[in-house]
Amino acid sequence: MARKVGIVTFPGSLDDVDAARAVRLAGGVAVPLWHAERDLRGVDAVILPGGFSYGDYLRCGAIAAHSPVMTALRQAARAGLPLLGICNGFQILCEAHLLPGALTRNHRRRFINREVTIKIENRATPWTAKFTEYEEVTVVLKSGEGAYLADLATIGELESAGRVVARYVGGDQNGSLDAIAGIASEEGNVVGLMPHPEHAMEALTGAGTGGRRFFESIMMTVLAR
Amino acid sequence: MTADSVAEAEVTPEREQPYAALGLTNAEYALIISQLGRRPTESELAIYSVMWSEHCSYKSSRKHLRQFGEKAPPSAALLAGIGQNAGVVDIGQGYAVTFKIESHNHPSYVEPFQGAATGVGGIVRDILAMGARPVAILDSLRFGPADAPDTRRVLPGVVAGISFYGNCLGLPNIGGELAFDPCYAGNPLVNALCVGVMRHGDLQVAAADGPGNQVILLGSRTGPDGIGGASVLASATFGAPSESGNGHLAKRPSVQVGDPFMEKLLVECCLELYAAELIEGIQDLGAAGIACATAELAAGGEGGMRVTLDDVPLRDPSLTPAEILMSESQERMMAVVTPASVEAFLKVCRKWDVEATVIGEVTGDGTLTMTWRGRTVVSIPPRTAADGPVYQRPMARPADLDSLQAAAPDGLDRPKDGPALRATLLALLGSAEEADKSWVTAQYDHYVRGSTVLAMPEDGGLLRVDEQTQLGIALATDGNGRYCRLDPSHGTQLALGEAYRNVAMTGATPVAVTNCLNFGSPEDPQVMWQLAEAVRGLADGCAALGIPVTGGNVSLYNQTGDNAIHPTPVIGVLGVHDDVRRRLAAGFTAGGAQVVLLGATREEFGGSAWAHVVHQHLGGRPPVPDLYAERTLATLMAAAASDGLLASAHDLSTGGLAIALAESCLRGARGCRVSVAGDPFTALFSESAARAVVSVTPGREDEFAALCASHGVPATPLGETGGDTLTVEAAFEVPLDELRQAWESTLPALFD
Repeated sequence: MARKVGIVTFPGSLDDVDAARAVRLAGGVAVPLWHAERDLRGVDAVILPGGFSYGDYLRCGAIAAHSPVMTALRQAARAGLPLLGICNGFQILCEAHLLPGALTRNHRRRFINREVTIKIENRATPWTAKFTEYEEVTVVLKSGEGAYLADLATIGELESAGRVVARYVGGDQNGSLDAIAGIASEEGNVVGLMPHPEHAMEALTGAGTGGRRFFESIMMTVLAR
Repeated sequence: MTADSVAEAEVTPEREQPYAALGLTNAEYALIISQLGRRPTESELAIYSVMWSEHCSYKSSRKHLRQFGEKAPPSAALLAGIGQNAGVVDIGQGYAVTFKIESHNHPSYVEPFQGAATGVGGIVRDILAMGARPVAILDSLRFGPADAPDTRRVLPGVVAGISFYGNCLGLPNIGGELAFDPCYAGNPLVNALCVGVMRHGDLQVAAADGPGNQVILLGSRTGPDGIGGASVLASATFGAPSESGNGHLAKRPSVQVGDPFMEKLLVECCLELYAAELIEGIQDLGAAGIACATAELAAGGEGGMRVTLDDVPLRDPSLTPAEILMSESQERMMAVVTPASVEAFLKVCRKWDVEATVIGEVTGDGTLTMTWRGRTVVSIPPRTAADGPVYQRPMARPADLDSLQAAAPDGLDRPKDGPALRATLLALLGSAEEADKSWVTAQYDHYVRGSTVLAMPEDGGLLRVDEQTQLGIALATDGNGRYCRLDPSHGTQLALGEAYRNVAMTGATPVAVTNCLNFGSPEDPQVMWQLAEAVRGLADGCAALGIPVTGGNVSLYNQTGDNAIHPTPVIGVLGVHDDVRRRLAAGFTAGGAQVVLLGATREEFGGSAWAHVVHQHLGGRPPVPDLYAERTLATLMAAAASDGLLASAHDLSTGGLAIALAESCLRGARGCRVSVAGDPFTALFSESAARAVVSVTPGREDEFAALCASHGVPATPLGETGGDTLTVEAAFEVPLDELRQAWESTLPALFD
């Protein structure tokens, strides 16, 4: 049976087409979800894609966090639905308190668009299960407000519980504490990732194929559920 | 507040009107009166002042621009041509592409961030208005000296503005240019190109037909921003700083403010409206706002239009009707909709949170009529506003051109030995113009939408249009103010040749041309001569290449006081790629590959990067354009790419072979060892046109040599890729690390 991954479109979502293509390339079916509806259309997992929801004129993700689809997703996530927020999606997850901490302005106060290498440090999430231990992959960092910050107690908790999913290789990229590129919820089903795996699916049009395993992982884990 | 009405204008012919302050001449004002048979109302005067501005009417250039149509080669691929919002080209498989380049020079000097941002927004709406989904942007930027204090104000602001708007809109930025010259210190050039893709049947028209059809304004509310942008800002010369003090500050309210989020919603909303076939005609609102959109829609149709200005949603309720008409508030479109479709239309707009309001209807009376608070404030034949006057401005060859051309760079000190050639290469590679542009391009998203096959720093941007068939399009923009200053006609053909060649380097076949003509004041006969020469050169050049000009934009009054910029036509070329998987890129990625120079090298240093960077010299004649050779080179490249004969391809332009080799080494992170025949300085740094450096797929050398011979393209084997130095035998070798240091450190040192 085809595995269905919902892709939410908020006003101002941009990488929804890329996320949908990534799901298709991994063998899944991408199901469009609309921000104003609570119906999750029976999907097996959901991606909040990158972009500038509501223009990010307020804090990034702050308005999207209060949309009807997020109400439904908050409930579904508590019930274990795998949820991945990429870039603006990560910001929305933080604003919705599904993940701790916040994404803030890059330390040099400029937008960054470049390939980065990340190391996968947690393979226990449904989005990273197919990686090898401490596997390093190249993906795309593409954000103006991507510096991950949290209070020291939260950082300590994330580190000690192994909830840092991905870390930038080669040191600080944008001012993120501990070079954190992605984190998971306590239960592991909700993952936020600042860099973009969906832009690393095809060598022809992206930064190589290092992002594929995130999508292959969800296909595998959803099938096993 | 009551507004000046038509009835009042008829009985008060003597009232003095501020036409001069709005940019109209005595003669133009008299022409309005004779066309209307009375003085214009305040609102009508506003319409004429913006519609007859140089920016909107092309009144100085139109006479010359006709050559683009007259000399154009017949092209079955052209679905819509000059005069539309943008030209539309058939690229096969049922797809059509529309593209256009436009300037936002003046606003970007006054307020760099918003000026550049709204330049992106404006050109994107032009493409959207044709019925296409905008899919990518390129930007062509020119500033004063890189180390000038004001460049530190303007450049980072412009780049941040483009980054802010383009990234938030979700359009990949796939190419463009960055250049510096003292002539742009008070007049930076900010040109933005947008390209869109549609299916053949999706073409929209900018016409208001069908009496009873409703006129709907959608998008942002109208506010007091950008009032008179077209007439006051873009169609007049800035005063010299000494005489006007902070002249640019006084003009800041004429700059618009951009909201890329609203533009994104507008794009998705319009595309859904097109798909549902709810639109009869559509026009974007750019320069001259509602005045332009109503006049052009009405003039494009057969009837007239009646507009109730009270119904225009406002951000500032104190706006007068004249201000409502002239406002250049961004992110607005105007659509013509049948009465039966209005409810469905508004429903789609509500889905996208786009405000949409019926403000008028199409009539059959041939008049553009507007009312405000019960009074008729506008009643004009729309064509009188849309067509405007046409001038035959006096022209004169610049007085200093003979002496400038006589001052050839022959007498300048040339590097005479290996160490001196090496130092010249490093000096050029580290100059702001030739240096790595990552400081700029790393602020632009080029991944979004997942179709970008090539982006800067490659020669041309390349997009995949169809994931199944691998059909793609390539784009490049080029210009060279120094060449054009020395010879506007040849300089323009060199820019055309370079953009054409850059597209060909990807393996694509060039098919169409757009242009942005950046010049000084048309009231200066010497500038008019430059403009006329450039247009002649471009029209003849396109005829020689066999590809049409499909549209473009003219930006005049780029001068401060009496100092005009170099004439700087920026040329954009569109190409079609049959199979983007066969694309070529500039980097030496294969080791042990034969390096071959294509084309003929002559001793050509007039206007060269070497003369400019090393000697601050501008004189002589630019290289001779050879469009026949460009055409054969492009044909060869398409064949070689399709046969898989090449491992890399990079065009030669400013800085010649030396810079091209260095860039191919740096991009591929692989060195090369070459030898050059004859005078090594000429071989390495001459800027002869129609040349490229390629590396051949190992094992295919004989096939490639035979292909070059059959196309009649001179091919000179130079050596082989490999190692970690750029080595020119009997001259010098430079480790790649040293090259990289020189190339990458310049812009961060200037702008970090």
